[in-house]
Amino acid sequence: MDIPYTTHEREDTGLYNAKLGIWLFLASEVMLFGALFSAYILLRVGAEPGTWPHGLLNVPLGTINTLVLICSSVTVVMAWASLKMNQFNKFRIYQGITVLCALIFLVIKTFEYQDKFLHYEVIKNDGTIVDGHLVKKSADSITLHVSHGTHGKEKHDHKVQPVSGTNAAEASASPAAADHHEEVTVMMSDVKKMGNYGPKHNTYMAIYFTLTGLHGLHVIGGALVIAYLWLPGAKMWKTDPERFTNRIEVSGLFWHFVDLVWIFLFPVLYLL
Amino acid sequence: MGQSHSQTQVHAHDVSKEVRRYLIIFGALLIGTVITVLASYVNFGSPRMNIIVALIIASVKAFLVAGYFMHLLSERKMIYAMLVATVFFVIGLMYLTVWSMEPSSLIHIKR
Repeated sequence: MDIPYTTHEREDTGLYNAKLGIWLFLASEVMLFGALFSAYILLRVGAEPGTWPHGLLNVPLGTINTLVLICSSVTVVMAWASLKMNQFNKFRIYQGITVLCALIFLVIKTFEYQDKFLHYEVIKNDGTIVDGHLVKKSADSITLHVSHGTHGKEKHDHKVQPVSGTNAAEASASPAAADHHEEVTVMMSDVKKMGNYGPKHNTYMAIYFTLTGLHGLHVIGGALVIAYLWLPGAKMWKTDPERFTNRIEVSGLFWHFVDLVWIFLFPVLYLL
Repeated sequence: MGQSHSQTQVHAHDVSKEVRRYLIIFGALLIGTVITVLASYVNFGSPRMNIIVALIIASVKAFLVAGYFMHLLSERKMIYAMLVATVFFVIGLMYLTVWSMEPSSLIHIKR
């Protein structure tokens, strides 16, 4: 028995069934991300004044990822338009570019995640903080790549900063220290507490990993479906082109939603 | 395909007009992204104003994606009805979140 309303619209809804289904699914997705956004608002507004971190993330990489997702959004709609115009070869190209954009997005996100898991904050027994990227870690010591310089909005990254006293001001105010890189080794016996900038570092990193991790899973899921329809699933074009075009539309609607979520995640997490 | 040849041609002509619009929206989204980044370096008077400006730009970009790429500006009533219900519950969720942080609210948690 054929599945009903795969190509033709139902009289009562005015939609083919897959389209109704994807919009119902997207409505539930709006609630899912809405709940996490409300958690973000709660954490952000509830934080003590001046304690919410800024500039922890790499804005150029975030901007590139935003542009990549926008490109993929236009190629996915162009792929659908190509099928509507009976141009299957163009569809292949646009759909392929969409998959490529998804991969670029995921590779960049992986680099960003790796950067955070290799970025350590070490609090020593005397109260000073050593903040930098991991070079070497053993049972006896930890070596971090530390820079005293300022990098625009990332100026608080990678600096050696005493918890109290005047040394912090001296270290950061010294012109000679600007953009100075060095490796600092701390003996484990001197370490009071240490950890990387993973999800448990603070509430900001927790909500950052939760929101971008969930979004990343959506990118992976969407990319798999789009890749399937690009290669093996495209056989349907020969047997049932109208149904195949609808499949492309439905997968495209999901992909646009993934782009929509990122449009809000980018300024909220990277810029504000 | 279930469509006559002439119907397909008419449809293809309509879609080819849409393609031009997609490219214009694409350009607008790229410009919007650049404006979003540049605006984050501008001091609009208070952090709250900076957040509002960033969210307004994001909302305009979201409108362009949803309205044109997802064809929401020319969709069926059934989808609008579904989205109205979704928006109602999202606004309710956000309202409850913000309300819970008001000291006068019944569920405010004192720190």
